[in-house]
Amino acid sequence: MEAYLKSGKLGESSSKSSGKSAAPKKPKSIHWVEKYRPKAVTEVVDQSDVVSVLEQCLTGADLPNLLFYGPPGTGKTSTILAAARQLFGDMYKNRILELNASDERGIQVIRDKVKSFAQLTASGVRPDGKPCPPFKIVILDEADSMTHAAQAALRRTMEKETKSTRFCLICNYVSRIIEPLTSRCTKFRFKPLNENLAYERLAYICEQENVLIDDNDKLLNLLVERSGGDMRKAITWLQSCAILSGHKQKIGLQHVQEVTGVVPAHWLEEFLKVCKESKEFSALDSFVKKLLYEAFAVSQILDQLNEKIINSDEFNDKQRTIIGEKLGDVSFHLQEGGTEYIQLIELGNSIMKAYSIV
Amino acid sequence: MLLADKYRPKDFANLDYHKEQATNLKNLTKDGEFPHLLVYGPLGAGKKTRITCILRELFGPGVERLKMETMNFTTPSNKKLEIMTISSNYHIEVNPSDVGIYDRVVIMDIIKNVAQSQQLNVNAAREFKVVILTDVDNLTKDAQHALRRTMEKYIANCRIIMCATSISRVIPAISSRCLCIRVPAPEESVIVDILQSTCKKEDISLPPVLAKRIAQASNRNLRRALLICETCKVEQYPFSDDQKIPELDWEVFIKKMAGKILENQSIETLSNVRKDLYELLSNDIPAGVIFETLLRELLRKSDVSIRETVIKEAAEHEHRLVQGNKQIFHLESFVAKFMYVYQTFMQEMFGDF
Ligand SMILES: Nc1ncnc2c1ncn2[C@@H]1O[C@H](COP(=O)(O)OP(=O)(O)O)[C@@H](O)[C@H]1O
Ligand SMILES: [Mg+2]
Repeated sequence: MEAYLKSGKLGESSSKSSGKSAAPKKPKSIHWVEKYRPKAVTEVVDQSDVVSVLEQCLTGADLPNLLFYGPPGTGKTSTILAAARQLFGDMYKNRILELNASDERGIQVIRDKVKSFAQLTASGVRPDGKPCPPFKIVILDEADSMTHAAQAALRRTMEKETKSTRFCLICNYVSRIIEPLTSRCTKFRFKPLNENLAYERLAYICEQENVLIDDNDKLLNLLVERSGGDMRKAITWLQSCAILSGHKQKIGLQHVQEVTGVVPAHWLEEFLKVCKESKEFSALDSFVKKLLYEAFAVSQILDQLNEKIINSDEFNDKQRTIIGEKLGDVSFHLQEGGTEYIQLIELGNSIMKAYSIV
Repeated sequence: MLLADKYRPKDFANLDYHKEQATNLKNLTKDGEFPHLLVYGPLGAGKKTRITCILRELFGPGVERLKMETMNFTTPSNKKLEIMTISSNYHIEVNPSDVGIYDRVVIMDIIKNVAQSQQLNVNAAREFKVVILTDVDNLTKDAQHALRRTMEKYIANCRIIMCATSISRVIPAISSRCLCIRVPAPEESVIVDILQSTCKKEDISLPPVLAKRIAQASNRNLRRALLICETCKVEQYPFSDDQKIPELDWEVFIKKMAGKILENQSIETLSNVRKDLYELLSNDIPAGVIFETLLRELLRKSDVSIRETVIKEAAEHEHRLVQGNKQIFHLESFVAKFMYVYQTFMQEMFGDF
């Protein structure tokens, strides 16, 4: 590791940087998720509740302690970072302490690190003379991975430092945060982004980045639909498509299918066919093995099967219920770490059963 | 050197299958936009080979100068940890699961170090380094959560390439930060072709019938196919069409175990099976794999009327197994349950004399 960290030609690079510090830098690699991260709270799409509260704070109202919760990619981290940037201008990095799940956040750290940060004085003017709020913000991102003991420690600190510090807790599930903390915060739920607004945002990025895309509307809609309101996912996918197509060739349906992991329809048809036509376990067994060799995400297979079964008139209500219930069980077991093979065999068997009761 | 290693392609031009994907991957390395990657697919599908090609395309032949090192870490509770790493001047590779529940500490340390060290070599082709994390489907939830924001924060200097056998076990918050690359297992016919061409390079003559049988026995795992081929050669060369193809020890073992269960459902069998299960687990055969293989063998030989019950029991027991700790309990309890169901069925069918 040592050798690895010291790799490259140290002497050469340091002499160069001291010599001509303004040496033209290679353009920084650009990731659209970062490039199009909202810089101002008004740029945050489709989260009007929190945006309007923060806008008031920007014009002088006091900022409460905040709790943002909701699924990934809905703007939680971006919103608080944008607000901090607008409140404090260039020095915002000194005014925030961002701790996330990668940082050590045991009781001791909460007590020491957060406390000493909270105790720093914060003046009411920026270096450029403009006024700014006389407090700092502690951002506890991904707070649902903090232990309850650490959360309890945080509660003490939060009570003590109310004058000089605001807290912003961010999590996916509000149920993982202890009540004494949630009750001290103004809660905002971030919802999955509305499809139209997500579409507009993607279309805007396409325009800015000169993305060539076949059948513009249809493919962008497919990306939005598949992303389920997770904007990070949608943007990552869009850029992945652009990279895979080499930026010269147009993005096509095959790129979209590949990055979104859509399972080609013929696999689902074959699955149903095997279940319908065969009574033998060995037929199901070898089909499931074959399907797993393709490495599709099983959750994706389940979603698509569900859609297919709901929309197909091949099944009556009773059959749909049997399969639907099993889909639920299987998807739950899978999330909890169950073996993919067993889950698909179980599902297949219940589809066989459904076919047999016509 | 094993054939599988000796003839591992080193650049995109020499990849034998998924050629269209290879073109896509090459596009990926062309500019500064190189994203975090999650490469997933079954064992022996060629994930590692593709990652090696990507590195070579990004950094040139310098990435092939590898060193192996042991890194030391201290956990917040002052426990000392050691982990093996493989690195070049441009990348570092670890399997964080080697340190079990302490994987988070190791990952964060490595990534933060890499991000801070930057690319000191001004002549380097890229301003980032790559951290390769293997076996990420075995990462603890704790470690996966820790990766989320880290992947965003340090992206300028550090790209992460993750390698997993199944994407289902990777939390969505991570997969949505990556370009996910699916690597399906090669088709049987592709494996046959590669077996043939590899043998040709080694001046070995491989009869087509045997090549096909080896491919079938390989579970579409190219690496395994090449290993089987080598083992066959040690056992008998020149080859014959119908020579014996070695099976995996543990697979044979589980099949025998299933045989015992089907033959006699009694306390003795159960305690016998318990010993077998212990042996499998102590040889590091994952409980999920034992479950899968055992279930398949049992279902193959039982009547359709008990199939549903058996599958349901298997799924429930396996679910409890992944939730709890004592794996052996749940495996054993499933076997007991199966014996009961099977015996009841046999008695109803054939009467109890
Ligand atoms: N409401 C939103 N409006 C505009 N962009 C968004 C929104 N939500 C997410 N994004 C995009 O997704 C990326 C990730 O958002 P982030 O705020 O980090 O999500 P999270 O809710 O998971 O913290 C941002 O960089 C931005 O590009
Ligand atoms: Mg976030």
